[in-house]
Amino acid sequence: MEKKKFDWKAITSSREMSLVIVLILLCAFVQIRNQSFLTGGTMEEMFRNYAVTFILALGMMCVLLTGGIDISIGSTLAFSGMAAALLMRDYVISTPVSFLVSIAIGAGLGLVIGLVISKGKVPPIVCTLGFMNIYRGLTYLIAHSQWVAAYQFTDSFKNFALTKYLGLGLVNNMIAVTIYIYIIFYIVMKWTTVGRRVYAVGSNAEAAAVSGINIDNVKIGVYTLMGLLCGLGGALWTSLYKSAQGDMATGIEMDVIAACVVGGVSLTGGRGSVVGVMLGSLTIAIIGKALPLIGVSQFWQNGIKGLIILAAVILNVLAQRTMDKNNLKRREM
Amino acid sequence: MKRKVLSVLLSVSMLAAVLAGCGSKEAEAPAAPAQTEGDGAGETEAPAENEGGDADASAAGAGTFAIVTKASGNPYNEREASGFEEAMKAMGYSADQIIVRHPEAATADAQITVINELISQNVSAIAIAGNDNDALQPVCEQAASKGIKIISLDSTVNAASRLTHVNQAGTEIIGQTLMDAVLDLSGGEGQWAILSATSQASNQNAWIDAMKKVMEGDAYKGLELVEVAYGDDEYQKSVDQTQALLTNYPDLKVICAPTTVGIMAAAGVLQDKASEVKLTGLGLPSEMADYVGEDKVCPYMYLWNPIDVGRLGAYTSVALVNGDITGAAGEKFTAGDMGEYEIVEAADGGTEIIVGPPFAFTPENIEEWKTVY
Amino acid sequence: MATKSGRTIIAEQKFSWKIFFLKWEWLLVILFIGINLMNANLSQYYLSGEGLLNATNSFLEKAFVALPMAYILVLGDIDISVGSTACLSAVMLAYCYNLGVPMGACVLICLLTGTICGAVNGLILTRFTELAPMIVTLGTQILFRGIAEAMLGDEARGGLSTVKWFSDLYWGKLGIVPIMLLCFIICAAVFAFVLHKTCFGRRLYAIGANKLAAEYAGIKVQQIRMIVFTLTGTFAAVTAVFLAARMGSTRADIATGYEMEAIAMAVLGGFSTDGGKGNFPGLVLAIFIVGMLRYGLGLINIPSQLMLVVIGALLIVTVMLPNIRSMVKIQKKAA
Repeated sequence: MEKKKFDWKAITSSREMSLVIVLILLCAFVQIRNQSFLTGGTMEEMFRNYAVTFILALGMMCVLLTGGIDISIGSTLAFSGMAAALLMRDYVISTPVSFLVSIAIGAGLGLVIGLVISKGKVPPIVCTLGFMNIYRGLTYLIAHSQWVAAYQFTDSFKNFALTKYLGLGLVNNMIAVTIYIYIIFYIVMKWTTVGRRVYAVGSNAEAAAVSGINIDNVKIGVYTLMGLLCGLGGALWTSLYKSAQGDMATGIEMDVIAACVVGGVSLTGGRGSVVGVMLGSLTIAIIGKALPLIGVSQFWQNGIKGLIILAAVILNVLAQRTMDKNNLKRREM
Repeated sequence: MKRKVLSVLLSVSMLAAVLAGCGSKEAEAPAAPAQTEGDGAGETEAPAENEGGDADASAAGAGTFAIVTKASGNPYNEREASGFEEAMKAMGYSADQIIVRHPEAATADAQITVINELISQNVSAIAIAGNDNDALQPVCEQAASKGIKIISLDSTVNAASRLTHVNQAGTEIIGQTLMDAVLDLSGGEGQWAILSATSQASNQNAWIDAMKKVMEGDAYKGLELVEVAYGDDEYQKSVDQTQALLTNYPDLKVICAPTTVGIMAAAGVLQDKASEVKLTGLGLPSEMADYVGEDKVCPYMYLWNPIDVGRLGAYTSVALVNGDITGAAGEKFTAGDMGEYEIVEAADGGTEIIVGPPFAFTPENIEEWKTVY
Repeated sequence: MATKSGRTIIAEQKFSWKIFFLKWEWLLVILFIGINLMNANLSQYYLSGEGLLNATNSFLEKAFVALPMAYILVLGDIDISVGSTACLSAVMLAYCYNLGVPMGACVLICLLTGTICGAVNGLILTRFTELAPMIVTLGTQILFRGIAEAMLGDEARGGLSTVKWFSDLYWGKLGIVPIMLLCFIICAAVFAFVLHKTCFGRRLYAIGANKLAAEYAGIKVQQIRMIVFTLTGTFAAVTAVFLAARMGSTRADIATGYEMEAIAMAVLGGFSTDGGKGNFPGLVLAIFIVGMLRYGLGLINIPSQLMLVVIGALLIVTVMLPNIRSMVKIQKKAA
């Protein structure tokens, strides 16, 4: 009997669980105000529109786990997406090739960032602040400030975001890609040495170095991975919106970081989980999707979003404190 | 110590290399001997420019002419600027007498910085597409006090800040045209919504007001405007807003998006959903080519030619600097091959020049226009 | 600790020419001279006394917020809400003015708004010390701008330039020196004095170098963080006052991105985001380097996209350079 009670407490006070409860309340509230919220159509739209945020949040989690941060992701995404779109416009490449090109370019850009941070010893926020400007500027320059318009994409590329062939006919391609990547990350971060190394570097860099982990390589790895996901995001973005613009995804970094932190990833490194990130991204997606639906005035949306983020992180801390206290109590017994 | 010096040298040379790379384009500008220009007003500047410039510049007239658009990275603004350049060249001005500036961001703040820099360069005239109606007044007055001729084009700055305004099309005409389109597409009655740019955009707000005024007429009483949504001219946000409109108003018949970004985003959404809702508004033909068609989401839409707006801006600037016009209502001037234009009173108390009525893009003409702009 | 903070805490350090010339600031001095030479070569309009003084007007209003940002970086914290704070304060100013409040009181309300915003940041951060400043200020960044948007909606509030003395704050001059430049010099001097010559300043470095050690040494760490974050809010409002004077009207989208510009200036000036490092001469130099570079490139009308690339590259290269030097050193030793 007592054991059962204890388990219940452990579950409710776990950080993921507290977020789930908040999310359920949020959804219930929205659903009461607007019946069309929890329907297949709206949900599919939401996941499709925010697939990029979901995917980038995973990369950002890895970066944050090592104690770093990357605020250049919007620019990296724009550059790789734009480069692939330009190639498609001028040389009519096939859809898989354009995805690969975008991913490769993104990974390359991420690699440069990783090298500057690890070998050049530039603090991550400064380095990515610089590259945020550089990559954004280059995006405009390679495109000569033009957009790539819908008619300049091939049909198969435009249809990618509409069809379900990757999702085995069940879910949209965008959502399918997101799910696959989450599964891969869940396995890698939890059960492989690669994943555990990332955690090790973040929680105690010195200990990690002593135990034979090459910290520089891990850092270069996570930033390259971040870039790679940005490249993928760039291709998904252009195919979803059927348009590549120089200013696309401006400011997405803040949404992604917010998603991670709401999901319990620590900005000081070493703490965070794939499930948490998923819940955090879900929170951001629901806020973005639901506020217009329940008729909140356009002008109040940012204020509410800010409040929800603050409330979520503070609740997170309170949950953590209770957890710590409980742990202490157990030790006393 | 040595190494420190070395690293410093390295840094300077690296910086120089970066700057040389970007400066090279400007290098062909005449390296006029550094003049003491501390008190050089517009008038004394003119002959100095002639000395440095090439001979053919004097044929067309002296002075430098600047255009400041809303922001960089938007094809509409690029077209506008290219029209300006084209007209200046047609009038015989040399490349270094034309300055094109796209501010970093679509804010008045960024434009003030740019105008300050132009004042320091003693330009003769500035044509600006204002990001804010009032916020540019102090800097425009500053420029005017140095003898610089300020006009606005595309989007106004307030009457006190400008000599005249090059208006792409009359506000009332745009309101009337769009309302008629909505009436036509809805079949005479039903719900419709507007998807606008930012809630602060002066252009869009003026057009929406004009539309609302038109809607008071008897012919439009079957129409119900359910919401004005704002997509902030951001693609993703515009998509979210369109989807929310569709979910919230299942009986919606028409969406009118008087903004080039919004209409594109809305078109994408409607096409993906194979929605019955019809779309119209103001859009660039190149971006909208995929969506305009008989059985497509957007049966027809409107826009003016941004190149013409830029060109008329150039002719107006030159006419002002040459003293042909002063910007007062009732004056007439000839704008090259564009014909004669008359300056008229504007609703905000200033004056304006209207380029022409908005142009309709239909399934028949979209193919030929999509490569133009 | 001395190695991390990059400065020794011993009170009197023997003066040595070698150490004096090996300082980071010399790199900045050389950069500054280089940029000015380059600008003067590229544009014949650059080197005019009045023009140069006027040029300071195009970037100094952002520099006011870089001053307390430097303090925050010394502490090892960060504040990315300053742009929104400035926006909300300016909106508050214009809002009250349009309600008929006299301008003097409006300016006070503006400063008060900024201070409250800063205090909110400070309160959350000191009550919940587990939270990273980055995320808290990200939350308030969205929140403060949200409040400004909720207040103004789709309107702009203007007419501020009808008050002569207010608009003179930005546009006015004493002799040929812009009033804003004078204000900045005074503020920078006070900030520099406090950081380098007072107990409070030494405590900032101590906290930045090692928070735990500082706490054990009896420094009230949380109290000091609270003060610094509040101060940052106040100075974001000072920026807001100048910005409002510059434009004569406000709307909810002004001052976007100021936080990153302030951080970039401070970092270029030698302040590290890891805390405990940097000094004010460097910061002031960096502010003028970035400002003059932008102004100079503006005079030759380079596209703004290229400007982004140049500024970004400048930031990374200057921060990376000293590290490359030390890396070469280590490799030589190893060899």
